[in-house]
Amino acid sequence: MDTPSGALVRSHCVGSTAVVYASDYLNKLTGEKIERECRRQLDSGCRALVIDFSDTQLVNSIGVSILLGIIDIAEKGGARVVFSEVNSQTIELFEMLGLTRHVVLAKNEHEALLNLSGLATIPIAP
Amino acid sequence: MEPSTHKLIHTFGALADLGQEIAGTGDFNEMVRTSMHLLLGTLALRRGAVVECSGPGPLRCVAIWGLEDRAITGFEIEETEKQSFLKNDVAEFLARNTSSSNPFLNRHREQLVGEGIELVLPMIVRGEVTGLVLLGGKASGEEFSGDDFETIRAMVRHIGVGIHTHRLLEQLAQRAEENRRLYEELRAIYRDTVRAFAAAIDIKDKYTQGHSERVGRYSEIIAREMGWSEDEVEGIQIAGYLHDIGKLVVDRDIINAPYNIDAKLSSDLNRHPAAGYEILAPINHPYADIPLMAKYHHERLDGRGYPEGLTDEQIPLGAKIVSLADSFDAMTTDRPYRRRRSFEDVVRDLRENSGKQFDGKVVAAFARALLKEVTGEAKERRIIKMLGKNYLEGEQVEPLLHDLITDLEH
Repeated sequence: MDTPSGALVRSHCVGSTAVVYASDYLNKLTGEKIERECRRQLDSGCRALVIDFSDTQLVNSIGVSILLGIIDIAEKGGARVVFSEVNSQTIELFEMLGLTRHVVLAKNEHEALLNLSGLATIPIAP
Repeated sequence: MEPSTHKLIHTFGALADLGQEIAGTGDFNEMVRTSMHLLLGTLALRRGAVVECSGPGPLRCVAIWGLEDRAITGFEIEETEKQSFLKNDVAEFLARNTSSSNPFLNRHREQLVGEGIELVLPMIVRGEVTGLVLLGGKASGEEFSGDDFETIRAMVRHIGVGIHTHRLLEQLAQRAEENRRLYEELRAIYRDTVRAFAAAIDIKDKYTQGHSERVGRYSEIIAREMGWSEDEVEGIQIAGYLHDIGKLVVDRDIINAPYNIDAKLSSDLNRHPAAGYEILAPINHPYADIPLMAKYHHERLDGRGYPEGLTDEQIPLGAKIVSLADSFDAMTTDRPYRRRRSFEDVVRDLRENSGKQFDGKVVAAFARALLKEVTGEAKERRIIKMLGKNYLEGEQVEPLLHDLITDLEH
């Protein structure tokens, strides 16, 4: 899927889990692309989402709202959501706003997949 | 960073983005949707909607997020409820607050709470409720704090003003479009009236039917070839239609017997440009200089024309164009006392009289326009059509025009 800059919203599937990579700045334009990709993955049968923030420097208010929308859609569809490799500043933001009540934060994509497979012991602390 | 500082920075960022969004000139629905996202994301609210109330009837949803459409379907707000929204403070707008004195909330509480809506705020612009913002709870599960209320109120006020401003701009654009349409209609009526007038002028002269219409069209073609703007081209077309309007005050017998009149009658006939000016001058035309073009269309560059015997620079360019169009039509149409002249003869006349009677630049422009029709460069063959399909047959049209243009442009 294209981002506004012409790059792709990267994603791949591991079993029934979709891993979607957020871009460097999660705002309206990029957020909506990611939301559409998550919807597409859920509609095609994925039962869990990993949103990887390894490239993400900043999340603004619109990004937060869109992420809440993704969480909402996933919860309604009985799917789980894990955020991976979130930087410390964004973890603080998610903590402050209460997003972490609804998602698990994982150190990296591997940990996130382990968590979803039920093998991980504890999600990472912020 | 202290959480409170972090929260403040996050809120400031959202307010800055909101200001930018509202001040933008983009799509209205997109503006509201983005503004709502900014509000929801500032406090991490899980759902929300923005609805407009314009007149009686159900509220109109402009943006919705995290809610089904049915969640806000059928809501109406009564006049007394609007008054209540103007008076109440934010604490009264909590949907779950059963002691609220807000009649709208009391009437719709069950539906609102059932859909997860916790807060309903009015958008107030200039003392009027223009819509409502419906908000779900915080993702943190915490209750709204006093600071939260202040932040929400500020953002809702911004959104309300943004919607109001966009609606005003829409109305302005709509009115401007209506005015433009009306103006176009008026111009069309004006053009049709002028053409009807032109036909009336030509009826007086039984041998030159359609002359004014053709002069209008030739003038338009020449002006366009000379690079005039569309407005100027329209103006000169009108001048062409009306150039002989002064003939209305000339005796019909004189007009119909120009080959057989004495000096006195000829003088009467030659009054028609000045008479035309007098008829046209009091009219407030939408185009400039139409009366002058009618007045000076019989002036010549060498000063031997009438009514004032002006010379080259004194004659308005528009009058020079109408003059050529008038003479060209006279030379290429039959009259009772003579047949129309051959194309070769007409070209010879134009060459010989350029710089004396006609402006060489105007003649060259007309020749170029005709050449484009002959070679097929022009899509429409308007001059050829007016000349009649047989007129140019057997003539060396292209070389004649090429030579004429070369002579005049060098």
